[in-house]
Amino acid sequence: MESNQAKNSLLSSHDNIQRTQYPYVTGTSVVALKYKDGILMASDMGGSYGSTLRYKSVERLKPIGKHSLLGASGELSDFQEILRYLDELILYDNMWDDGNSLGPKEVHNYLTRVMYNRRNKFDPLWNTLVLGGVKKGQKYLGMVSMIGVNFEDDHVATGFGNHLARPILRDEWREDLTFEEGVKLLEKCMRVLLYRDRSAVNKLQIAKITEEGVTISQPYSLKTFWGFSAFQNPTVGAEGSW
Amino acid sequence: MFRNQYDTDVTTWSPAGRLFQVEYAMEAVKQGSAAIGLRSKTHVVLGCVNKANSELTSHQKKIFKVDDHIGVAIAGLTADGRVLSRYMRSECINYGFTYESPLPVGRLVVQLADKAQVCTQRSWKRPYGVGLLVGGLDESGAHLYYNCPSGNYFEYQAFAIGSRSQAAKTYLERRFNSFMDSSRDDLIKDALLAIRETLQGETLKSSICTVAVVGAGEAFHVLDNETVQKLIDAFEIAGGEEAPAAAPDAAAEEGGAADQGAAADQGAAAADQGAATEEGVAPMDI
Repeated sequence: MESNQAKNSLLSSHDNIQRTQYPYVTGTSVVALKYKDGILMASDMGGSYGSTLRYKSVERLKPIGKHSLLGASGELSDFQEILRYLDELILYDNMWDDGNSLGPKEVHNYLTRVMYNRRNKFDPLWNTLVLGGVKKGQKYLGMVSMIGVNFEDDHVATGFGNHLARPILRDEWREDLTFEEGVKLLEKCMRVLLYRDRSAVNKLQIAKITEEGVTISQPYSLKTFWGFSAFQNPTVGAEGSW
Repeated sequence: MFRNQYDTDVTTWSPAGRLFQVEYAMEAVKQGSAAIGLRSKTHVVLGCVNKANSELTSHQKKIFKVDDHIGVAIAGLTADGRVLSRYMRSECINYGFTYESPLPVGRLVVQLADKAQVCTQRSWKRPYGVGLLVGGLDESGAHLYYNCPSGNYFEYQAFAIGSRSQAAKTYLERRFNSFMDSSRDDLIKDALLAIRETLQGETLKSSICTVAVVGAGEAFHVLDNETVQKLIDAFEIAGGEEAPAAAPDAAAEEGGAADQGAAADQGAAAADQGAATEEGVAPMDI
């Protein structure tokens, strides 16, 4: 009897599993929008270990199959696990070799099921995911959160982007944005995020997906100007705050 | 004493390379009342003959809706058919839950065929005694498949299974070239005429047949009796028994009238032919 109990605690049986209670290495905002020919998505390449900017070259935008593009913020190892699920999903889909393929809507719904299922096990995948794609001339852009909340929209942003980028997008987004205008708008959002989100880094990628497929840009930096007086003395005019 | 040494269980080969139990299962399909299917680019029509076992009973249902985009018509053991339809329904629902989109027809058919195949390779099982015509729509268009107890499946433009199906097959073989561009209504008419071929003498009435349609913008549904009777009357009354006429469009009418006479003799010829083929050929070829 005693030895049995000892065995149980050593092998950690079903009644004491450790679940993800907080994330370790995280990526910050992803911003995405629909434009004339498809979807544009942007994210920086930082990986934060707590508040330490630990990694500087993490790719957080990935193509999924032929018609979809996935961007992730949150726990980076959980993102890698999600990518494994999706690789398998797309592989088995291709193995049918029958002319049918999973489009962005299907992948988005699959991710919703995975996220919600894990949250119900009290073991969530600590991410907010953005899924965009084009199939048969149909543009698709949606989001899933770590607890399974999901929706579609013309433009989306995760994390800090929700507070800082969405208002800009609401003001300036149009249905018929060209590629150049779209990139400009995303860069505007990313610049604001870079200034105000302490875990953002100045190294980002922009990806586009159209009927022709996915292209992800090389990493690059935004021009910045830190000489604004508000940056130099942020408490001026805000007496009584920090 | 023994008629056949090699047919006592499913997994035993005959020296000629045949699996008799599997072939017997395919015979069961031929015993069942006929079911037919045909398709155009955008629509699939399934039809079947309803035969009641006795004066005192109603007939058994032979056409099942699987999902909005898929339906089946069966011939053979109805009980097995119901089990397989239930399986197909649940596969469609599960796919819909995960991907929020309809399960491609071809994939469902492969899963179904794999399920049937397992029964031909397990000593403690028996093959399903039912043939299924699976009609449906997906992103690559309209499809019609035939699923066999042997685990084989085939895609068809038009096909018929069950008793006296050879006559319907002959009718369909003569007409299928035009099916791809057929309108929905012409397809239904051809379905009814093909069903009539299997009746041998008996008159076609809505009470002895069922017709179902699935197509672009039209979820799978069984046509109600009045609709079917109206369609039958449209070509029976107008042209008399032998020459259906006065159908809405002239081209189809001409074609229908032309081959109606021919189809009559053909039917007789097909009957002999059917008997001949059924005897000699190994049912595995189906």
